[in-house]
Amino acid sequence: MTTGSRLDSFVARYAERTKSMTASEIRALFAVASRPEVVSLAGGMPNLTALPMDVISQIVADVINENGQVALQYGSGQGDAVLREQITEIMKLEGIDSHPDDVVVTTGSQQALDLVARIFLDPGDVVLAEAPSYVGALGTFRQYQARIVHVEMDDDGLIPERLREAIAHTRAQGGKIKFLYTIPNFHNPAGVSLSLERRQEVLRIARDADILIIEDNPYGLLGFNTEPTRAMRADDPDNVVYLGSFSKTFAPGLRVGWAAAPHAVREKLVLASESSILCPSNFAQMAISRYFATQPWQDQVKSFQVLYQERRDAMLETLEQHFPATATWTKPGGGFYVWVTLPEGIDTKAMLPRAVTSRVAYVPGTAFFADGFGSWSMRLSYCYPSPDRIREGVRRLAGVIEEEMELRATFGSAAIPLSERPQRILPPSELI
Amino acid sequence: MSEMKLSRVLVLSGGLSHERDVSIRSGRRVAEALRSQGVEVSEVDSDSSLLPTLSALEPGSVIFPTLHGAAGEDGAIRDIFEMLELPYVGSTADACRRSFDKPVAKGIVESVGIRVPASRVLPHSTFRELGAQYLLPLIEKSVGLPLMVKPAKGGSALGASVVRSAAELPEAMISAFSYGSDVVIEPFIAGREIAVSVIEESDGTLTALPIVEIVADSGFYSYDARYTAGLTEFFVPANLDSILSARAADVAKKVHMGLGLRDLSRSDLIIDNNGEVWFLEVNVAPGMTETSLLPQSVAATGRDIGALYKELAERALLRKYSTSQ
Repeated sequence: MTTGSRLDSFVARYAERTKSMTASEIRALFAVASRPEVVSLAGGMPNLTALPMDVISQIVADVINENGQVALQYGSGQGDAVLREQITEIMKLEGIDSHPDDVVVTTGSQQALDLVARIFLDPGDVVLAEAPSYVGALGTFRQYQARIVHVEMDDDGLIPERLREAIAHTRAQGGKIKFLYTIPNFHNPAGVSLSLERRQEVLRIARDADILIIEDNPYGLLGFNTEPTRAMRADDPDNVVYLGSFSKTFAPGLRVGWAAAPHAVREKLVLASESSILCPSNFAQMAISRYFATQPWQDQVKSFQVLYQERRDAMLETLEQHFPATATWTKPGGGFYVWVTLPEGIDTKAMLPRAVTSRVAYVPGTAFFADGFGSWSMRLSYCYPSPDRIREGVRRLAGVIEEEMELRATFGSAAIPLSERPQRILPPSELI
Repeated sequence: MSEMKLSRVLVLSGGLSHERDVSIRSGRRVAEALRSQGVEVSEVDSDSSLLPTLSALEPGSVIFPTLHGAAGEDGAIRDIFEMLELPYVGSTADACRRSFDKPVAKGIVESVGIRVPASRVLPHSTFRELGAQYLLPLIEKSVGLPLMVKPAKGGSALGASVVRSAAELPEAMISAFSYGSDVVIEPFIAGREIAVSVIEESDGTLTALPIVEIVADSGFYSYDARYTAGLTEFFVPANLDSILSARAADVAKKVHMGLGLRDLSRSDLIIDNNGEVWFLEVNVAPGMTETSLLPQSVAATGRDIGALYKELAERALLRKYSTSQ
């Protein structure tokens, strides 16, 4: 008798959480999206065409020439002191008054998310997150085997009343809520921002319910023709951990972000970070620090704003011209994303192969929910392609949707009709 | 001209099909195996720079296509090789066309005496014009449940579903139509799923490699089950008695011959509970990834896969120069 092989001798030894890491058709389709023939409205890659590469080249050279022994050495687990000082200056633009000691520099804000999850989450704990929410955060929380309870949003962001209900429902079911994860500015993927009034209300609800807030803010400085909105941490530094990033205001390739946290939390974050990476890259921190110290970086951010605004306008105009009248979409005032809700019955995940055949790609809405919702939605990114490519991509996508609507009309909608779609607030057991 | 030496193998992978990712992984493995044999290898994508690259190939170069899915296995790219008179590993453009279209391939395979599931092939337009509400119950009644729905063209189980209840049928149709304009509907043949790879030897004889039996944890050898190590159990050689093994090997060789295939192929078969061997589909550019079936079969023979690929490339070169004499 031949014994079977699974082609992976470690299969019985993987942790339980590893079992969800599998190949998928969707991932396979994204491999096609990387080809230049395909207009990819899927990825959220910052557009670096506006960066002064010659200046950056000189900065990098200067870092090595003048301080190479330090730049290429291990550094502090909490991060470079000079950069932390600069980070506090950047956060002042959003009203945050903090001390460099409050800041932990991380390898991108994604690592900050991982650290927050690591120090707070036990398996089965509940994280409250907007519906929809950032796919990278959901993935991180899942890795720590947390349960995610989504909270409905509208054009002004998270709905406070829904938050109250979610807290009450979750607790009534015995769920242990560890924190609320929110992206208040130019939300990924929803494109909306939390209004100032609601920020105060959400802070109050969280404080009353003794729930920590994780304020993820990678896009806050990328508003179009607006001043930065006051951060939630600015008004409640003792109950908000703020996550920031240089990926959108400068360059994601350097992988530098940060967390600003209450003192006790900051201590744990540093210890957790040291145990996973020892320290963030000294070289990357010093390059960023020198760039922010010597260059008109706020002007650079303005040029990013102009670049993204032009692309957003191209996308919104073309959506208006070509998308079905029954589709709706958000109109972001900054950031990278438009969230599109399609006519009843469309399943954007099932539609993706057809879109790829038509040489356009997007991210299906279900990626942004932990509970299977979102099949009738999609995230469109306008950050990377040129305005003409965006127009072409939206036109192609409109054709794909038309074909899909015809297909759905032929076979009848297999999706849940709008009128029968479940309300967002459900007992947590149904949201696992 | 028969002294022409193999100078380079151009491994062609990627492309724009839905199976691009798998193709790149196949190409990488083939390239590594060839390099281990001391062969000079270039890995190229199928894009707008391909034709100039092909036109500039020095004599002694051979193309090893590992493009999966449309444009890779439908014969189109091989038509280009033939127009450029370039030697390549694998089946001709005509043979690919016959094999890639599942209904066409099944018709030919059936004509050489091999059992195939009776299938229905329907375009979307038929459902639209006649009404799915009438057609779907007819399909259910005529084909019976459980049944398989899959795109008429394409591989890696993309868009393929097992339908166990009438309620699942519309979604399965939509999923298959997302990958192509025609769908194949056929009865689900319960039994043991096997794959038989066939290699053409230098003297023209066909060798059926050790049979692989596939036992997917989920019960369906889906895309995830194919390309995630650990989700499927493979038995090589399959635990079949000698009569059944010989029967399956014979079927795979007949498929290879019946479709006029060349160099290598992989037939996906089912052995039903009565020991009957059914043909499901054939692959003219079988997967060569870490979890693919043909490499597992080659490994079970003790044969070095790099040596085999090199042999196939040398044969393609010989074929070109012996036929051009």
